[in-house]
Amino acid sequence: MTSKPENILTSQTPDNDWYRKRLMVAVWFIIPVFAVLLLRLFYLQIIEGDTFRKLSENNCIRLQTIDPPRGLIFDRNGILLVDNRPSYDLGLVVRDASPLDITVQNLSSILMLPENEIMELIHAKNHKHHSPYNATLIQSNIGRNTLAYLESNRYSLPGIVVDVRLRRQYVYPHLASHVLGYIGEINSGELKGEAFADYRPGDVVGKFGVERSFEVILKGQRGGRQIEVNSSGRLVNVLSTVTSVPGQNIYLSIDKSLQEKAETLLSDATGALVAMNPNTGHILALASSPTFDQNAFIDGMSQEEWDGMIKNPMRPLLNKAIQGEYPPASTYKIICAIAGLEDGVIDERTTFFCPGHLKYGNREYRCWKKGGHGTVNITDAIAESCDVFFYQTGLKLGVDRLAFYAKAFGLGSRTGIQLDGEAGGLVPTTLWKKRKTGVLWQGGETLSVAIGQGYNLVTPLQMAVVMSAIANGGFLVTPLIVNRIENADGEVVDAVQPVMRGRIPLKTKTMQLVQKGLWEVVNGNAGTARIAKINGIDISGKTGTAQVFSRKSGSVEKEDARAQHLKSHAWFVAYAPSASPQLVVSVIVEHGEHGSSAAAPIASELIETYLHTVVR
Amino acid sequence: MFDRRLIQYFDWGLAAITAALIASGLSTLYSATRADQINPQNLIFYRQMIWYGIGLGVMIVSFLFSYRKVDHYAYGCYWLCILLLIAVLLFGRYVAGSRRWLILGPISIQPSEVMKLGIIILLSRYYSRIGTVHGLIFRDLVIPILLISIPCLLIVLQPDLGTAIMILLIAGSMTIFTGIEKKTLIYLLVFGAGACPVAWHFLKGYQKQRILTFLTSDSDPLGAGYHIIQSKIAIGSGQLFGKGFMKGTQNALSFLPEQHTDFIFSVLAEDWGFWGSVGVLLLLLLIVVWGLNIAHGCREPFGVLMAFGISTLIFWEVVINIGMVMGLMPVVGIPLPFISYGGSAVVLMMTSVGLLLNISMRRFMFE
Repeated sequence: MTSKPENILTSQTPDNDWYRKRLMVAVWFIIPVFAVLLLRLFYLQIIEGDTFRKLSENNCIRLQTIDPPRGLIFDRNGILLVDNRPSYDLGLVVRDASPLDITVQNLSSILMLPENEIMELIHAKNHKHHSPYNATLIQSNIGRNTLAYLESNRYSLPGIVVDVRLRRQYVYPHLASHVLGYIGEINSGELKGEAFADYRPGDVVGKFGVERSFEVILKGQRGGRQIEVNSSGRLVNVLSTVTSVPGQNIYLSIDKSLQEKAETLLSDATGALVAMNPNTGHILALASSPTFDQNAFIDGMSQEEWDGMIKNPMRPLLNKAIQGEYPPASTYKIICAIAGLEDGVIDERTTFFCPGHLKYGNREYRCWKKGGHGTVNITDAIAESCDVFFYQTGLKLGVDRLAFYAKAFGLGSRTGIQLDGEAGGLVPTTLWKKRKTGVLWQGGETLSVAIGQGYNLVTPLQMAVVMSAIANGGFLVTPLIVNRIENADGEVVDAVQPVMRGRIPLKTKTMQLVQKGLWEVVNGNAGTARIAKINGIDISGKTGTAQVFSRKSGSVEKEDARAQHLKSHAWFVAYAPSASPQLVVSVIVEHGEHGSSAAAPIASELIETYLHTVVR
Repeated sequence: MFDRRLIQYFDWGLAAITAALIASGLSTLYSATRADQINPQNLIFYRQMIWYGIGLGVMIVSFLFSYRKVDHYAYGCYWLCILLLIAVLLFGRYVAGSRRWLILGPISIQPSEVMKLGIIILLSRYYSRIGTVHGLIFRDLVIPILLISIPCLLIVLQPDLGTAIMILLIAGSMTIFTGIEKKTLIYLLVFGAGACPVAWHFLKGYQKQRILTFLTSDSDPLGAGYHIIQSKIAIGSGQLFGKGFMKGTQNALSFLPEQHTDFIFSVLAEDWGFWGSVGVLLLLLLIVVWGLNIAHGCREPFGVLMAFGISTLIFWEVVINIGMVMGLMPVVGIPLPFISYGGSAVVLMMTSVGLLLNISMRRFMFE
């Protein structure tokens, strides 16, 4: 820039000469930068060229990944449920295996595999990243004897690599199969998702249960190393290593012995069971029957075995405790009773006369007891499960007020347990029906809903939450499946704290009446679950018999005359000891006919086991 | 409208350099994709040919009309690019952890590539109006900084940190070229340095991790670091005369990552050796200097700034890409102009050359 006066006289807008000077500066900036690039090129290609040429001739810098061990899973007392066991996989690096035909011949005799099968594996074109420097898997999980033999005959087998991998092992096959879940190879659909951005084809990933919902915790962090190999593929130097971080270990809230007991009790039935601490929401047992052997998913199963599992009408792969949606049947009367008492449409002095049916409109709605219960009050109605009493209560409330209380107890939405695929159930309202079917709510439908037999759907876990709220004084718990998470060094990373979803503000009187009714179900003279009574332990509960086949049709055929798949589901939900509850149990037995006979004994035996043996 | 002088002043030199670069690019691409096992033989090569065909058309269009029209539509171009960037965040295809491609029927475009030219045109227009010999003061820079931040932010969200930095480099170069008052420049630098730790504080853990990985990428022995080693082996093993066209072994055995896009220079250096790589590097230097010379010959601030902006675009891409494959820079997804595979990049470069030709042939013509 020249002197100032000149600038004042001329324009302040830059002219061409001004820009041109700046452009010259730019050229002087650019040239040295390119000179640096040229010098670097000279260094790499001329000075270090020989070294790099040699490295490229052997192609000897390779990358090996180090897979971290997946986190282990324990029960609440530290009993190992899911483990990793070493497995030796034999692979062949084709480029290093020369002469190839002789190596294959030798391998064939050692492994007792036909030569052409080995050649087929080598030539399989389905490897996307197929490179002659990557090992082709010949046989996985070779035995220790084969391994020793291979090692001692290495000189005659150039190019073989034995990869030690950890295989997932479910220590007690079938035990808690729906809680633990299983793992499998990641599929192309999962790979496309954003959640699996850092996964590669061939990686394993949790597919079901805790294995899936705690994938992030269990998987750990992959490591790897850059290695230099010689011309026959043997490692000569490790250039750098990134250590892998093992997955974290999970301590479930499940008690292995109680889980075993629950599964034994359910073993002859199709159904589900949830046992939970009503004060914290910790799940002590969660069983779904029939179970399956998780190890079958690791070893690989045949098409028939797989078909057998998915086509089985008893649906073994479904976790019925959280994914099975059933009509709640008479267990819903607890909700109906609370709604009636809280809303003031009934109180402790309210009585209804049950002649065995209720006429509504031009139809007759029957009580399960043909002769009727006579005059009943609220506690009798719960204890004896009188349908007419709750028809009347439901009519006074209307379906929407009933739904309000059902939702307050968490029905109609997921409980939030950390297991995938949980179902939310259904709480019908007039609005819901209008939206869903376009047809207005019919008064008679309220009657069915009041005894849990209409559109209502619940999961066994949701009913366990409802019973917990009654047992713990109105707190809505979030069921917990995990007690704590530890890292591989045994330090607690996450001590899972109980989570309350809220408190249902119920009157003390309501609580007392319902609790009394539930106590009488088991302990009263006319209770529907007297069969479940155990000496020394006070159990409170409620039976339910969920009809699969409509009773309203007027047919009078006997239950046991029906085909198995038309028989009713049996429910029993309970807590014990009645005075200071420590355990809530929710049981459903599909097509078990009567809650009292099929489900209640299972619950009471489990409670007995827990209070007599597990607790101490 | 058509003027005979346009043919008279046509910049044959620039056209020749471009043709030479395209020829070396296509032959390297042919060599780089011969070992590709996922795509059928040379599908990528033929796609690139088609892109150059399209690019040629766009180039001709972009020098037929006067570049002064670009000045007129500068803001429209800019906001269109911004719209594309928003669209890619909403509807873009998710590939390997980011959203960069917008699928439009049979073709997919990368709006962040287009944005590079968008920001050059916008800043050329803006600075050509406000530039003074005393340099810009802070008040002048408020709007440009805002207009630069919007696309940068949108590109970081994809996330594509490399291209965002690229846009900052182009915009920064153009701003400094226009001239900033000394005190303002110092304040800006101090403010920028001070803002980094504050911004860092607001970033989430994984975002911090992403930036750290980016800055130290060549030290990651399993990812970028491994790629750099293989790339250095490929380049170095080319030695003086190279292994010969299509004879590179690192490339053939798929040891090179992204050998037809970001790492294509390693294929070239392995095949052609020091002489070949120096030749291409000099061609690239020549086109940058040629662009600056076009700016030198132009008599309007808008034309000067645009020619300068395009030259810096080519300059920074070359330096970052070649610096990266030789292990001098962090690993960033920046293509090598004229050589790397990529439709959007090809069309962008051809448009840029078209605009340079445009400015060059109208340097003696005024409206």
